[in-house]
Amino acid sequence: MKPPAFDYILAESVDMAAAALARAGADAKIIAGGQSLVPMLNFRLLRPSVLVDINRIAGLSFIEETGDAIRIGTLARHYQLETSPVVALHLPVLACAMTHVAHLAIRNRGTIGGSLSHADPAAELPMMAVLLDAALRVASPSGARRIAAREFFVGAMTVDLAVDEIVTEITLPKLPANTGWGFEEVARRHGDFALAAAAATLTVSGGTIMRARIALTGVGPTPLRASEAEALLAGRALEGKLAARVIEAVRAATDPETDLHASSDYRRHLAGVLAGRAVAAAWRRANESAT
Amino acid sequence: MSTTREITVTVNGAAHRAAVEPRLLLADFLRHTLGLTGTHVGCEHGVCGACTVLVDGDSARSCLMLAVQTDGRNVETVESLGRIGQMNALQESFHEHHALQCGFCTPGMLMTATDLLRKYPLATDDDIRQGLSGNLCRCTGYEHIIRAIRSVADKLGSAR
Repeated sequence: MKPPAFDYILAESVDMAAAALARAGADAKIIAGGQSLVPMLNFRLLRPSVLVDINRIAGLSFIEETGDAIRIGTLARHYQLETSPVVALHLPVLACAMTHVAHLAIRNRGTIGGSLSHADPAAELPMMAVLLDAALRVASPSGARRIAAREFFVGAMTVDLAVDEIVTEITLPKLPANTGWGFEEVARRHGDFALAAAAATLTVSGGTIMRARIALTGVGPTPLRASEAEALLAGRALEGKLAARVIEAVRAATDPETDLHASSDYRRHLAGVLAGRAVAAAWRRANESAT
Repeated sequence: MSTTREITVTVNGAAHRAAVEPRLLLADFLRHTLGLTGTHVGCEHGVCGACTVLVDGDSARSCLMLAVQTDGRNVETVESLGRIGQMNALQESFHEHHALQCGFCTPGMLMTATDLLRKYPLATDDDIRQGLSGNLCRCTGYEHIIRAIRSVADKLGSAR
């Protein structure tokens, strides 16, 4: 099918884009990479009267290192994240996650801001933002604000973004020293949306886990952190029956839907298996980096 | 209502000026406006990969881009790769390895493989399989396609 007719506004600046959105009200959509939006237009699931194209706005494709964080512009493409030396060095878990996103032609076009704003419940990037305690910068005609990723995702394909707001940047704190990571995903076919995926980081000192983070996607309306499982790991070493208790806590934290692709029970089971593997990989890498 | 916009786009080395409706997909612009029917349209929602072209050198689904977005850009389609009697190495390899049956997916396979071969070492057949996971072949002739790309990747690898 073909998209329904719309007015097309080529924005030259964030201010111009935000003003155009404000003028059009709830009936406008931003087009960035278009890899989720255009299928929805072609299916006519969406019929916006106005499309605001932000692709030509200069200065939004950066990946930049600050003292303790990596700043990424909203128009950075998935392929840029996948191949960025700065991301590989400071956020290797993110570089790994990007290789699971769709296919090269999609990663060439799809943007970080688009993926975060679209908020597919099985997407990798929103989960990475939640895992890594990212903050988003959001601009509107009335100014800019920052919001934590954990507050940004409010439901399936629903985020805390007003009709005249645009995500302009995401800031991800670098992984601390002595931190290992793991990323595990099961999809029916490489590049398909995850049936479930889990990622973990463990910061280890003297054989003890100082800080644990576990995030999941595909097992609820939004990406989530398994806080109780994280608390079980803090102050301990990954040995004995701890891994099994962590897996149980992860499963208890999930409430997946049954759909065409997998049952709720299977997804919950998978979340535990994948989180167990991600935590084990993080533990191994943390101890390797400590020696 | 939407009005047409003037765009200037380079397609396979030639500059084209055209007035397009904003909703016109790049795939339809290539096929219907320019008559370049080598680019095939399968699913029209970014799943089958048949319409894959290169935009500024990067593979992209032409059913997920608007023609208006290619203003000032450089688009390459399967027609740019070679001609009958003058096929490029990848096309020759597809020929040698019987990597097509009905041929519908072939333009997308060729354009995807072109980008994969530039960007990844494709050291293993699994790397090729993963790289092709966004391109559907309804004849299910994947093994021969993988062999064709394997052969080119090996030659590039030994030349590197």
